Amino acid sequence: MGMYFKIKKKLAQFQTDVEYSFDKGVLVIQGESGAGKTTVLNCISGLKTPDEGEIRIDDMVLFNEKTNIPVKNRRIGYLFQDYALFPNMTVEKNILYGIKNKPEYRDRAKRKELLDYAGYMMETFRISHLKKRYPANISGGEKQRVALARAIVTRPRLLLLDEPFSALDARTKETVYEEFFSFKASLGIPTILITHDPRESELFADDRIVMKDGKIM
Amino acid sequence: MFAPVILSIKVAAIATIFAFILGVFFAHLLTSRNIPGTSIWETILILPMVLPPSIVGYLLLKVFGKRGPIGAFLLDTFGIQVVFTWIACVIAACVVALPLMYQGAKAAFQSVDETYCLAARTLGSSEWKIFWTVKFPLARPGIISGIVLTFARAIGEFGATLMLAGNIEGKTQTIPTAIYYAVATGKEDEADVLVLIMTLFSFFMIFILNTWLKKKNYKVS
Repeated sequence: MGMYFKIKKKLAQFQTDVEYSFDKGVLVIQGESGAGKTTVLNCISGLKTPDEGEIRIDDMVLFNEKTNIPVKNRRIGYLFQDYALFPNMTVEKNILYGIKNKPEYRDRAKRKELLDYAGYMMETFRISHLKKRYPANISGGEKQRVALARAIVTRPRLLLLDEPFSALDARTKETVYEEFFSFKASLGIPTILITHDPRESELFADDRIVMKDGKIM
Repeated sequence: MFAPVILSIKVAAIATIFAFILGVFFAHLLTSRNIPGTSIWETILILPMVLPPSIVGYLLLKVFGKRGPIGAFLLDTFGIQVVFTWIACVIAACVVALPLMYQGAKAAFQSVDETYCLAARTLGSSEWKIFWTVKFPLARPGIISGIVLTFARAIGEFGATLMLAGNIEGKTQTIPTAIYYAVATGKEDEADVLVLIMTLFSFFMIFILNTWLKKKNYKVS
């Protein structure tokens, strides 16, 4: 049980070849830029297709030689390095975007439940007061909270965080570290966090792997 | 004297609608998928911008004329004659203006950061929904700019229109052909009025577009 991935993917510079499994908590993938960390996340999320391998969450196969579940059906939350908040939508619309794609959203009773949950998440992440603002008009730390809320409001099976702190300045980082530490305990979603910063790895890792040239060291 | 103005606006508006649909469709198709022969398709789409309008008009005449492949089909099947009708004005304006719409839409789509589309995919969105909720809205300022240039090119179209639709007063005479005819027949006062109308119209269109674009450009987070 838990999360298992075995990924082989040929890139221009090297071949990514990793295999690992973890049960719960936060798995940190640490490594320098260009080590193949984001490729691993992209393969797990379905944004890239591995050349071969297997990806499983519990007993559900996301990818193997016979199966390749499309990214939109994988139910994996992804926080991108620069957050990728839609600039043409308010914070609230960003948060509700994933919820509105859920089939349950068409059911009136379930829709209310989903919207209530989105409201609760906005409260939890202290972004309710920002809901009518556009991403260009909020701070770096706020963007990070919005992006994290957007990724987990759809109740994903797995959360992928691609260098979530790298776009923040040093002072904001310290505050966000504290916030993330408290969120981490309450999230309860298996998470893969990638970073090149050993300190972040120390702070958040329940389990850790180090990558170099596409391989686990 | 105002018949050419009304016809020009009607022709340019309809030609712009068709050019918009075709331009956005091909721009999105050729920028988002690996279509075989992309360079050839793109060259065909841009060719009317490079060729002299008289050549475009001549080629259209070959295709839409009574003995042309499409012209003969339309005449035999539906009894529709294209040449020397206002429909010919629309076809000529649309073909000549399409490259501007295509180029505008292509640049606009290419300027949209692909990460937004990836984020939308991870949030369970279909490709159709990504196009309408993320890609098109973010490309909108560039597309609107393309629409205005397309309309401007369509309303100013002369050479191809003259070849395919002729210069029939009250039927196929647009502002540019009316100005040419007025000057050729010594009616300078009429030409002056039409030139003034055309210049003012173009000025206000570009002015309104620029003002709107300044307000509307999304800041990327």
